[in-house]
Amino acid sequence: MSEGKPMKPFKTFASAAIPIDIQNCDTDQIVPARFLRKSPFDADFDRALLHDLRFNADGSEKDFAFNRDGFRGGKIIVADLNWGCGSSREHAVEVLVANDIRAVIAPSMGDIHYNNCVKRGVLPIKLTVEDCDKLRKQLQDGPGAEIAVDLDSQTITGPDQATYSFEIDGFDKHRLLNGLDDIGLTMEYDGQIGMFADAYKARRSWLS
Amino acid sequence: MGKTLFDKIWDDHVIFERDDGNVLLYIDRHLTHDMHHRAFPDLKHRGLKLREPDKLFATPDHSVPTTAKTIDDIPEGEMRMTVEGLHKWQKEFGYVHFAMDDDRHGIVHVVGPEQGITLPGIILVCGDSHTSTHGAMGCLAFGIGHSEVKHVMVTQALWQRKPKKMRITITGTLGPSVSGKDVILAIIQKIGTAGGTGYAIEYAGSAIDQLSMEGRMTLCNMTIEAGARIGMIAPDDKCIDYCRGLTFAPKADQWDSAVQYWRTLKSDPDAEFDAEITFDGDLIEPMVTWGVSPQWGVPITGTVPDPKDEPDPNRRAEIEAALAYMDLKAGMPVSDIKIDTVFVGACTNSRIEDLRAAAEVARGRTAKARTLIVPGSGLIRKQAEVEGLDKVFIDAGMEWREPGCSMCIALNGDMLQPGERSASTSNRNFRGRQGPGSRTHLVSPAMAAAAAVTGHLTDVRELLKGDGQ
Ligand code: SF4
Repeated sequence: MSEGKPMKPFKTFASAAIPIDIQNCDTDQIVPARFLRKSPFDADFDRALLHDLRFNADGSEKDFAFNRDGFRGGKIIVADLNWGCGSSREHAVEVLVANDIRAVIAPSMGDIHYNNCVKRGVLPIKLTVEDCDKLRKQLQDGPGAEIAVDLDSQTITGPDQATYSFEIDGFDKHRLLNGLDDIGLTMEYDGQIGMFADAYKARRSWLS
Repeated sequence: MGKTLFDKIWDDHVIFERDDGNVLLYIDRHLTHDMHHRAFPDLKHRGLKLREPDKLFATPDHSVPTTAKTIDDIPEGEMRMTVEGLHKWQKEFGYVHFAMDDDRHGIVHVVGPEQGITLPGIILVCGDSHTSTHGAMGCLAFGIGHSEVKHVMVTQALWQRKPKKMRITITGTLGPSVSGKDVILAIIQKIGTAGGTGYAIEYAGSAIDQLSMEGRMTLCNMTIEAGARIGMIAPDDKCIDYCRGLTFAPKADQWDSAVQYWRTLKSDPDAEFDAEITFDGDLIEPMVTWGVSPQWGVPITGTVPDPKDEPDPNRRAEIEAALAYMDLKAGMPVSDIKIDTVFVGACTNSRIEDLRAAAEVARGRTAKARTLIVPGSGLIRKQAEVEGLDKVFIDAGMEWREPGCSMCIALNGDMLQPGERSASTSNRNFRGRQGPGSRTHLVSPAMAAAAAVTGHLTDVRELLKGDGQ
């Protein structure tokens, strides 16, 4: 049994997008700790995403963007400052994958969460605060409006057809476009790792 | 141009650098805990094994009930499965495992330095964001995700991009009852929870020199709450003395060459940082947080902010939402905030010095709020008992528990009820962190004990004055 769904190569797509108007939406909000011992294959795992913001204690839905018509089933999240700050829990990406969220757009993100997104095939996109504010406003005004994401050309197209370009590290882009798993990739450097380790242990002998 | 402490350690570990700046780094030591137990069956399924099993160190912490002494004491279910998972794969994979009945087990970020697994000059990783803690020992340490955990297990290496570098200098002298916790809360209050994002932070200055190793660990621990994955402090005599004689530290015949190298680990005088910030240590007071982000802090002499004073509308909305969640009134003195439960523990503040600071306040007083004291490791628990601290706590009506993460993350049964309010020495006050609907005020151990014996957030300096201190 593998632990999560295998990564798919990242393809150009367009989808409804969900605005999350919360600054510093930390990983404890994205997936509360009590779900961390669940496996991505458990029934209802998808409900863990933003659980306490989406659901009441009795399991009924709260009035929250995710639950509104038009936003339901969206594959893109448009967030605010410092999305995914907090812990290193990769479940915060697994729950995105479980909900078929393929991209998160935000002005800034937690460093570890950003890396985890890339490792699990979710595209993190950083735009300016103004652009994110504008996109969220457009989505709030017209729920169901679509955003198109093109990783190859590093652009997205908003509901009003305005295009925005974004930066991404070349290596991250390569991994995402090809759905590559890092372990396989690094194994090709096996010989170099061994040689380095030998030399390193010679000069830092107390660590050998 | 000179090199920073960060550069020196980074450069010593570069296996390969790609044209796009991505670097394959050699990893000296890897710590892990129960929440990663699923990595092992996954590796097995894929026919993979550990490249250097003696460099992986595992300890159960997140899922350990603080009333349990052995696995058999854990009730059947998810918690037990998780701790058992980490235990049972040890045989097949060969990593170093500190089992529950081994006094060396405890919170992963307490165990690392305590055992000499964490040493100056190394690169250490762990699948946990508070791995920044270990930078207090003059090494480069950062948290990684679960995919990266498996990557390090199999390759003993990791792909990274070089972060930017920031130096935070704390000048002057810290006042009485002002601890590493207060310093970091003051820093985060100023620079915000994203202030360090993309940076590795080096701490320096006279107030940092003054801190004990425990205080430095607290400071580096919460560096992640400032957004930076890495916090570090150059190793000095205090640090080197701390390492001496520890189980996984250099042995006698290697000691001198190790120390000789460690002494070179400091930023050169002409090294450049991408950002520099200075704080006056004399001005830092005991701190508390009032909101649902570690950046919402205030000195204990201060008041809860009024959203009306905040010009930025998004920030104002955040403050309003935080006040509603925390059930606090704008403008009220923070020392009027009543506390239901006190938690002294977590990888931030569960070391022996932390327990001593809490005991000093608790001695001869009685807790007015439920108080849990949770040592960071079995060894710390033992040491505290040798010093009689357990008796001080128990006499004050506090609960003396077995080591683990406990109420920091509420994954082991120790938790707050909805709406319950804590003074906690942990590092995160996020909504629901200590249980759904929980309300958390982050404080130092001395401040936590002061809240316990008065029932409200209290300036511990005032309280101790009565003791003639
Ligand atoms: S004590 Fe808290 S912050 Fe530290 S490792 Fe455990 S859960 Fe994480």
